[in-house]
Amino acid sequence: MKRKLTAIALAAGALVLATAANAQVKIGLITDMSSLYSDVEGKNGALAIQMAIDDFGGKVLGQPIELLTADHQNKADIAASKAREWIDTQGLTMVFGGTNSGAALAMAKVAQEKKRVYFNNGAASSALTNEQCSPYTVHYAYDTVALAKGTGAAVVDQGGKSWFFLTADYAFGHALEADTSRIVKEKGGTVVGAVRTPLNASDFSSFLLQAQNSKAQILGLANAGGDTINSIKAAKEFGIDKSMKLAGLLVFLSDVHSLGLRNTGGLLHTTSWYWDLNDDTRAWAKRFFDKTKRMPTDVQAADYSATATYLKAVQAAGTTDADKVMEELRKLTINDAYTKNGKIRPDGRMVHDMYLVEAKQPSESKAPWDYLKVVKTLPGDQVYTTKAESKCALWK
Amino acid sequence: MPALLSQLLLGLVNGSFYAMLSLGLAVIFGLLNVINFAHGALFMMGAVLTWMAMNYFEVNYWVMLVAAPVIVGAFGVLIERTLLRWIYKLDHLYGLLLTLGLTLLIEGVFRSVYGVSGLAYDTPEALSGAFNLGFMILPKYRAWVVVASLAVCLVTWYAIEKTRLGAYLRAGTENPRLVEAFGINVPLMVTLTYGFGVALAAFAGVLASPIIQVSPLMGQNLIIVVFAVVVIGGMGSIMGSIVTGLLLGVIEGLTKVFYPEASSTVVFVIMVIVLLIRPAGLFGKEK
Amino acid sequence: MSEGPNTMNAKKLSCFCYGLLLLCLLAAPFMGAYPVFVMKLMCFALFACAFNLLLGYTGLLSFGHAAFLGGSAYIAGHSMKIWGVTPEIGLVLGMATGALLGWLFGMLAIRRQGIYFSMITLALAQMVFFIALQAPFTGGEDGLQSVPRGKLFGVLDLSSDLTMYYVALVIVVAAFLLIARTVHSPFGQVLKGIKENEPRAISLGYDVGRFKLLAFVISAALSGLAGSLKTLVLGFASLSDVHWTASGGVILMTLVGGLGTLSGPLVGSAVVVLLENKIGEFGTFLSRLTGIEWFNTLGESVTMVTGLIFVVCVLAFRRGIMGEIIAWLGRLKGGGGSR
Repeated sequence: MKRKLTAIALAAGALVLATAANAQVKIGLITDMSSLYSDVEGKNGALAIQMAIDDFGGKVLGQPIELLTADHQNKADIAASKAREWIDTQGLTMVFGGTNSGAALAMAKVAQEKKRVYFNNGAASSALTNEQCSPYTVHYAYDTVALAKGTGAAVVDQGGKSWFFLTADYAFGHALEADTSRIVKEKGGTVVGAVRTPLNASDFSSFLLQAQNSKAQILGLANAGGDTINSIKAAKEFGIDKSMKLAGLLVFLSDVHSLGLRNTGGLLHTTSWYWDLNDDTRAWAKRFFDKTKRMPTDVQAADYSATATYLKAVQAAGTTDADKVMEELRKLTINDAYTKNGKIRPDGRMVHDMYLVEAKQPSESKAPWDYLKVVKTLPGDQVYTTKAESKCALWK
Repeated sequence: MPALLSQLLLGLVNGSFYAMLSLGLAVIFGLLNVINFAHGALFMMGAVLTWMAMNYFEVNYWVMLVAAPVIVGAFGVLIERTLLRWIYKLDHLYGLLLTLGLTLLIEGVFRSVYGVSGLAYDTPEALSGAFNLGFMILPKYRAWVVVASLAVCLVTWYAIEKTRLGAYLRAGTENPRLVEAFGINVPLMVTLTYGFGVALAAFAGVLASPIIQVSPLMGQNLIIVVFAVVVIGGMGSIMGSIVTGLLLGVIEGLTKVFYPEASSTVVFVIMVIVLLIRPAGLFGKEK
Repeated sequence: MSEGPNTMNAKKLSCFCYGLLLLCLLAAPFMGAYPVFVMKLMCFALFACAFNLLLGYTGLLSFGHAAFLGGSAYIAGHSMKIWGVTPEIGLVLGMATGALLGWLFGMLAIRRQGIYFSMITLALAQMVFFIALQAPFTGGEDGLQSVPRGKLFGVLDLSSDLTMYYVALVIVVAAFLLIARTVHSPFGQVLKGIKENEPRAISLGYDVGRFKLLAFVISAALSGLAGSLKTLVLGFASLSDVHWTASGGVILMTLVGGLGTLSGPLVGSAVVVLLENKIGEFGTFLSRLTGIEWFNTLGESVTMVTGLIFVVCVLAFRRGIMGEIIAWLGRLKGGGGSR
C-alpha cells in the first residue's frame, strides 16, 4: 500500500514539475540560407545567435536554450508556414525573421496571431514598424527610412544636391527611391530623374548611360543584392564614377567584399554597424572571424545583440510569455558591442545610431576587410520614422 | 539623336553577347535535338573557372579563353557519355528535365562552396579603358566582346553549314544509320558536338566574367532569355539564333529607353508573336 | 473489351489503396500531423493532378501553369480580403480566373505543337508574372497578406485549423474525383487517343483542337482552385506562386510521381513538398542516425537534392514512383487482362 502511495505521489510531483517546466526558450531563425541574400545573414547569422546563446550560459530560467534554423529560400509562404509550424508543434518562443521583406511581413503576421516575440534584422521594409506594426515585432537593425534619411540627407549636406535614381522595379526599390527622393527634396536637393530597371537585369549599361546623360551629381542605387553589385561594376566600367558619385541605398559589407575596393572605392552608403568602429566592435568581430573566416555584416552583429537582449528580457520577466517579455524589452537600454543606448520604441523600432560610410580607395586600405571609413554618425532619434510620420496605431 | 544612337550601340553590344550565348544551345538543339537546359550552368562554370584560374593559379584571361571551353567541353563530353545518351530516343521532355536536374546540381554545388554574392573578376589590362566615340564612352572590353562573339558565331555557322564536317554532322543527326553505313562514327560525332556546344557556353562565360559579377546563380537569369532567342530564331537554325540575338539586343535596348520596366519581358512578347505568325521561328524549318 | 479477373483485382486493389489514403487523411490531425502542413500538401497534390490531366493524359507539356496557380491565388485572396466575399465565392472566383486564363493561353498555344506549344505557355506565364509584379493590388514582392479565413457560406467559421482542414479535404477529394471521372469518361478516352496518335484522332473525325482546349481549361481551372485554396489556408498569396519555378515544380512532381497515372501526382507532390519543407530536419535526423556530420548541411542544399532527384528519375524511374509500382504489380500478376 505504501509503495502505491509513494508511486502516486511521485507521479503527481512529476506532473506538477512537467507543467511548470514549460518555460524553455526556443529561438527560430528563418532566413535566406541559399539564395540571393544568404551572405548578408545566412548560416553565419545562425552562428552569431548561437554565440549569444553560449555567452549567456546556454540556459535561461533553468532550461537550456534551443536554436532552430530554416531556409525560406526567399519564399514568403515557406517562411510563414515554417514559423507557424514551429510555433504550433515545437513550442517556439521567439521568431527571428530574416532577409526579404515579403517573408518578414508574412512572419510578423504569424507572430502577431500566435502571440510570439518577433525580431527582424535582415529585412528592410519600414512597414514592419509602420503600417503593419504589431505589439510583438521588434525591428532591430535598420530600415528603409533610416537608409533614406542617412544616405539621402547626409549626402545632400555634403554637397550632393542633384540626384538620378537607378531603381529596381519592384515594391522595395520603389520604396527606397520614394523615401530617399522625399528626403533629398526636403533638404533642398533635386531629383533630376529616375529609371526603373527590371529585377535581376544582368546588364545595366544602357540605364547607366541614361543616368550619365542626366548630368546629375549623385547616382542613387535603389536596388539590392545582385542588382546593386552589377550596377556598381558597370558604373565603374563605363567610367560613370568619374562624373557622378555613387550612393548605394542598400549595401552590405558582404557586397563590398565581393566587389572589392577597386570597384566600390568612393561608394557612399548607410549601415547600422561596422566591425572597425571601436574596441568593443573589433573584439567581437574578431571572435566571429575566428569561427567563420569572414568579418560580420551589420545584420549578423545585430543577430548577436538581439539574442542577448531577448534573453535578458526573458530573465527579467521570469517567463517566456510574449506580452511580459515585450514589456521588459521596452524597458531595457541596450549597451553592447552592437550599439550604445539602444532603446525599443512602442512601435517596435529599435532606435540606435546609424553611420554614413564611404568605401575606401584601394590605396587607403591597410588590411583585409579594412573597407570603410565613417563619414558621419547619424543619431538614432533623427534617423527613423518620426511620431508625426508614423501610421502605427501602437505609437500615438 | 546621340542618346538614341548610344543606346542602339549598347543594344548591339548586348545583342552580340546574346548571340554568342545562344549559339551553343542552337548547335546542340539543331544537331542533336536535345534541349540543353544546363546551358546556363555550363556558362557559369566557364566564368567560375576563369575566376578560379586567376585567383588560385594566377592564370590570365587570355589563356582561359581557350582553356575554359576545353575543360568545360570535356565535362560536357562526360555528361553526354554517361547521362544523355540514354535519353536520345525519348521525348524532348526528358532531355529537358535531365538537363534541368543537372543545372540544379551544378549550381547547388558551386553555391555551397562560393556563396552567392559573387566573385569579382577584373578586366584584363590590355582591354581596360574606353574609346571615346563622341556621343558616348564605349569601354574597350565591350568592343572586344562584340568582335569575339561575332567572330566565333560566324566561324561556327560557316563550319556547320558550309564545310564537309558540318555536312556529316547534319546528316548524322538526321539519319544516323545511313551515315554510319558510310563508315562515319556517328556516336563519336554526337559526343563531340555536344562537347562543342558546351564549350561555346563556357566561352561566353569567360567573356562575361569581367562584366557580370561571377556568381553561381549568374546563369539563371540569362537562361530563359537564351531559350527564347533560340526558339524565336528557329530551333534548327544557327543563323537564326545569331540574327535573333542581335535583334533582341537592339529591341531590348530601345525598350530600355522608352519603357524600361518591361525590358526583361519584351522578349516573351516577341516570342509569342513570332510563334503565332511563323510557327517554326524566324529561320526555322518545320520538321 | 472483356474484363478479365486481373483487371477486377487491380481495380479492387486501387480502390482499397485510395480508401486507405482517405482514412489516413481523415485521421491525420488526431495522429499528430500538423493540419496546416497537410493542407498545403493537399493543395499541391491537387495542382499536380490538374497538371497531369494535361500532360499525362493529353500529352501537352505546359511550362506556364504557375500563371493559373498564382493568378487565381491573387484574385481569390483579393476578393476575400478587399471585397469581403465569403470563402466559397472566393474559391469560385479563383477557379473562374484559372479557367479564363486557361482559355486565353489555350487559344494561343494550341495552334502549335511540341516544344513550341510549351514555349508559348512559358512566354504567356512570364507576362502574367510581370503583371503580378507591377500591379499594385498584388502587393508586389511583399505579397497579398492577411487574407481572412471568413465563414463558409456565411455560417461555418474557418478560423479553426481543424475545421479548415476538413473543409479543404472535402474540396480536394471532390476535385480529385472529378479528375478521375474525367479521365475514365469518353472525353478522357479521346484525350488519351490524341496523346497517343493525334493524326489518327483527326482522321477519326474528332475536332482535336476543341478537345485540347477543353482539357487545358479544366486543368487550368482546377489549378486555380488549388491556388485559391492555398491562399485561403495560408492567408497570403505571393510572387513565388506565379514564378516559373512553380511551373517547374509541378512538372517535377508529376514526373517523380508518374505521368499518366492518377495516383502519381499525389505521391510526387508529397515527395517534393516534403523535400522543400523538411529536408533540414531530415538531414539532422540522418546525421544523428549515422553520426556523419555532413548530413547537417543537407538543409542548405534543397536545390542540389531536387536536381539529383530529377536526374535519377529521368534516367532510372521514368515512369515515376507510381508508374514503376503499377508496372511491377502488373508483372507480378503475369500481365493478364485485356489491352
